[in-house]
Amino acid sequence: MSNQYKLVRCNINGKDVEKVVDVRASLTDMLRNDYRLTSVKKGCEVGECGACNVLIDGEAFNSCIYLAVWAEGKHIRTLEGLLGPNGELSDIQQAFIDETAIQCGFCTPGFIMSAVEILESGKEYTDDELRKLLSGHLCRCTGYENILRAVKKTMYKRLGKPIPQ
Amino acid sequence: MYDMKALYEAESVEHAIALRLEHPTAQIIAGGSDVLVQMREGKRAGAELISIYGIDALRGVTLDEEENLRIGSLTSFSHITRDALIQERCNVLGEAVDQVGSPQIRNIGTIGGNTCNGVTSADSASTLHAWEAIVELTGKNGVRRLPIHDFYLRAGKVDLRVEEGEIQTAILIPKASYERTFGHYIKYGMRNAMEIATLGCSVNVRLSPDKTIIERCRIAYGVAGPVPMRCPSAEAAANGHRPTEELAETFSRAVLEDINPRDSWRASKAFRQHIAVEMARRCLIKSIRKAGGALQ
Repeated sequence: MSNQYKLVRCNINGKDVEKVVDVRASLTDMLRNDYRLTSVKKGCEVGECGACNVLIDGEAFNSCIYLAVWAEGKHIRTLEGLLGPNGELSDIQQAFIDETAIQCGFCTPGFIMSAVEILESGKEYTDDELRKLLSGHLCRCTGYENILRAVKKTMYKRLGKPIPQ
Repeated sequence: MYDMKALYEAESVEHAIALRLEHPTAQIIAGGSDVLVQMREGKRAGAELISIYGIDALRGVTLDEEENLRIGSLTSFSHITRDALIQERCNVLGEAVDQVGSPQIRNIGTIGGNTCNGVTSADSASTLHAWEAIVELTGKNGVRRLPIHDFYLRAGKVDLRVEEGEIQTAILIPKASYERTFGHYIKYGMRNAMEIATLGCSVNVRLSPDKTIIERCRIAYGVAGPVPMRCPSAEAAANGHRPTEELAETFSRAVLEDINPRDSWRASKAFRQHIAVEMARRCLIKSIRKAGGALQ
């Protein structure tokens, strides 16, 4: 049994924070238990399902297979960071509601954080490219088409272009 | 929480070597997308880990003084795919590693980890064999470089010497290997994402300046044997020949003299042999087209 602890300083959702964490902890453990960011779901815990996906320095990572101590000095974003100052939903969250891209909701935070990386790239992707970019997430309610539609709609909205027919 | 005995975090290559010598039974962890999953499954439970993930000096793609491509061992798959030098000089490597797992896995997975695992199905491995990559290992007595073919000893075992405190620090693609050379990779799997290759095939060609002769052809497979392998018979059948339909046929049939796939729950030996021929043919034709040639 390990008895190692380490101070981890990082920036979470725009705020500089620090906590002493057990070196055995995954980033999922740290975000959920130490920071109460419960949008980060524990799904498969082996990097298959994407439910624990967060953005680290702008790139999507499964936080379940990322050691908490690796977060030192990193900028981490979770779904909670998308809310406006008065709890307003972001455009991509609203699009998930409008397109009924949510059933049980367990996969949603992970999907949305991948969508944020896609949207913030400022690029226009084809449907096939979007499917590939979203392929690291499992939705066991199998609402994939609605999810794709929500991301695509928001992408075109942000690009200021109409959705091609 | 992971069931680990201790975690040692290396801050530099020298520090990693010192930690290796101090804790010879500890497992090295790069991105962790294999090691942590195995720990979760209980296979490596209770192990000591040496994390090299924090060594930023091992990230990035550069050209050395001889214009060899130098890929730092901790460079992630997604960074390799997006890298301008790779796109310009060895695009097929970027395309091959873009088929690993999922976007999140490609952000955490490293080329060093992919090769040090020693598994035959690694998406980078067949292309690195086909491009005669050189593996750079750094230990207490300095740097050792060896061809990737010699790095793989047997299934799951690579020539990484713990008594030397070695870690893999880079993978090099020599200029002589990538110059005027174009290639193609096909991964055969049952689904597109989160899939381990049933068979992977990587081919590259260098055509004569007038595009009428295949000056050099190289082909390598993953999952066609216990370790990734080249196909000398098939290469000999193509080298110095005109790129024709018949040649593509002869070349692709010749791979059967070289490969030795097995029956596994993923696919039978017979099926792997069958698709190996077709994948070789398609990869060759595509490589010829990418090199600016056409079947005559």
